[in-house]
Amino acid sequence: MRKVAVAGVGLVKVSEHWGKALGALFADAALQAMKDAGTDDVDGLYVSNMSGALMQEQLNMGAHMADAIAKPGLSAVRVEAGSASGGVAFHEAVKAVASGYSDCVLVAGVEKMSDVLPDVVTKSLVMEEEQEYSAYTGVTKAGLSAMLHRLYLDLYAEPSDVGMMAVQSHDNAVGCRHAQYPFRMSIERAMDSPMEADPIHMMECAGVGDGAAAIVLVPADTDGVEVAGTTVATDYCSLPMREDPLTLGAVKTAAEKAYKMAAVKPGDIDLVEVQDDFTINGVLSLESLGLVERGKAAKLVAEGGAARDGELPTNTFGGLKARGNPLGATGIYQVVEVALQLRGAAGDHQVEDAGVGLAQNMGGLGSTCAVTILRRLGR
Amino acid sequence: MKTDRQVGVVGYGAYVPIYRLEASEVNRVWGGDGAPVEEKSVVAPDEDTVTISVEAAKQAVRRSGVDPSEIGAVYVGTESKPYAVKPSGTIVAEAIGATPSVSTADYEFACKAGTEAMQNCIGLVGSGMQRYAMAIGADTAQGRPADALEYTAACGGAAFIFAERSADTVAYLEASYSYVTDTPDFWRRAKEMYPRHGSRFTGEPAYYKHIQGAAKGLLAETGYEPEDFNYAVFHQPNTKFPIRVGRGLGFTMDQIDPGLVAPKIGNTYAGSTPVGLAATLDIAEPGDRIFAVSYGSGSGSDAFIFTVQEAITWKRGGPKLASFIDRKKYVDYATYLRFRGQIVQ
Repeated sequence: MRKVAVAGVGLVKVSEHWGKALGALFADAALQAMKDAGTDDVDGLYVSNMSGALMQEQLNMGAHMADAIAKPGLSAVRVEAGSASGGVAFHEAVKAVASGYSDCVLVAGVEKMSDVLPDVVTKSLVMEEEQEYSAYTGVTKAGLSAMLHRLYLDLYAEPSDVGMMAVQSHDNAVGCRHAQYPFRMSIERAMDSPMEADPIHMMECAGVGDGAAAIVLVPADTDGVEVAGTTVATDYCSLPMREDPLTLGAVKTAAEKAYKMAAVKPGDIDLVEVQDDFTINGVLSLESLGLVERGKAAKLVAEGGAARDGELPTNTFGGLKARGNPLGATGIYQVVEVALQLRGAAGDHQVEDAGVGLAQNMGGLGSTCAVTILRRLGR
Repeated sequence: MKTDRQVGVVGYGAYVPIYRLEASEVNRVWGGDGAPVEEKSVVAPDEDTVTISVEAAKQAVRRSGVDPSEIGAVYVGTESKPYAVKPSGTIVAEAIGATPSVSTADYEFACKAGTEAMQNCIGLVGSGMQRYAMAIGADTAQGRPADALEYTAACGGAAFIFAERSADTVAYLEASYSYVTDTPDFWRRAKEMYPRHGSRFTGEPAYYKHIQGAAKGLLAETGYEPEDFNYAVFHQPNTKFPIRVGRGLGFTMDQIDPGLVAPKIGNTYAGSTPVGLAATLDIAEPGDRIFAVSYGSGSGSDAFIFTVQEAITWKRGGPKLASFIDRKKYVDYATYLRFRGQIVQ
């Protein structure tokens, strides 16, 4: 397998883009990434999108997005893996270049959630869960996360410790030009907000936004940012099937394989982007990735350990909570953000001397997980 | 937009029914902790858009001193017509004694139907077609139970009689502006009981975009800056939106607050901006300049600049809007449902 490098990245601000259609958002990010890479001579397109079939009633997304960037003839496919669509699409795109099948691949995520009413967003999120045994009960994704949240509070932490995950993400987003909510939020505001699903407060949940992010991948050279590890793993979809609900098995498996592939240890990771669509998911992700000991992640975050100058810089541009969570695009945003850090191009968000970064993108409540480890070459 | 001959308001009136439903009462029944307004006005079983219009129109006629038979146009802007087919304007015109030599019609443009009626009356008087023309914005708005609109959908209205500017007019129009696009953020199809809305879509691309478009258009056309005004009135579907849009345009709370009646009476829809304008006329001094911008879903905004004249000091007798707002009886949720015909015998 060839080594693969990130040659170009592009982002649009996560927002309510009322005036832009799905294809226009996609093109904004894709054209930026190709410009950044210095080439538009791509020979493959991977589109990550979760809910376009429901929200825009659009299928055949590969062709439509190739059309949006005026590239007829391009080999193009949509990758869908729930909220992990971005991470999984990136994984597939890396394999295309690594195998030698493609020499220059564009992988871009796009999602437009503002086209639909809130009940459709809720429906789309629970469509990640098993319809036959879970979703049909009427439970929401927040409701399922709330069960894990409750168990975690019973065993390990105070509500405000877990809530600090959201506070930290907002702190990190201040000044971020592509963040949807680049402002500070106090723990009091989070804890005083209405319950979304007890014990999850509304301000512990990622919001609704439109966004697109894109990456150009090429065979690695001697400098730049290389893809050191890329893995995807799955787990039982129903929580009751899992031996230990607080261990996100897919996250753990994907991480262990990724560390091995990249030949790094968890302690070598300089920064991490995790799936904090609900605060508890961010906390459990840090633990399941093996970056923090079981039961200690909420406390680490509450004590400032997840700040950019903390011992484990986490969600350095605001994560899903504050940068925003445009579902199928989120995994690509994460990888772009890690790449910016390793390039030293993160501006005010720069983690000092970042050499190795990890992005963790999760679909369903941990039924799919993609882990990406990027490394600065020449380190 | 400016008229060939200058137009002013020769008389105005406003009316709000006596009953109120508190936001806390909606929360008590449905759960939640919403409070987009403190309380909203509730129409009594024997009131409707026509009776509200008549109350406001009679007060406007009294204050104007105009012989009602000389009023050549009566236009009612509303989205809650008692009849689907049959004008409300004819009933109002008959009630105030303006018939039969009169033009009447009902205007529909969601919450800006009232100001659309004003634009048309200004045109009639400005062109010289009519000596006096009356525009009314009034509604008894509908909100589906448990919908966000249930907190705010209220009732009330205001009437303005336009005439050529003279020493007898209480305020004259400097200029107006209309800004419209096809933006379906809120609608009620024929035979449906309640409107539907596009949730957050009703915000930035709808309310804010159109009010900002009309406001900036009128300011650019006239060369005025926000600090050149004493009062600024914006369509008020809740407490937050008019404050946010006003401050975003550069107006201060001192300018916005006097015309902000939504916290106490809710969103009177087509009556909203006209009622806010009446509230400022109730307290304005000669020479004061008023900026007013409506918003109607669908979508569009009308913006107006009025300068208050000396006649205001002796032509605003009778009950002020504040007295209607302060005169109130609270109803519980069940009574509210009965008054609105949502539960029947």
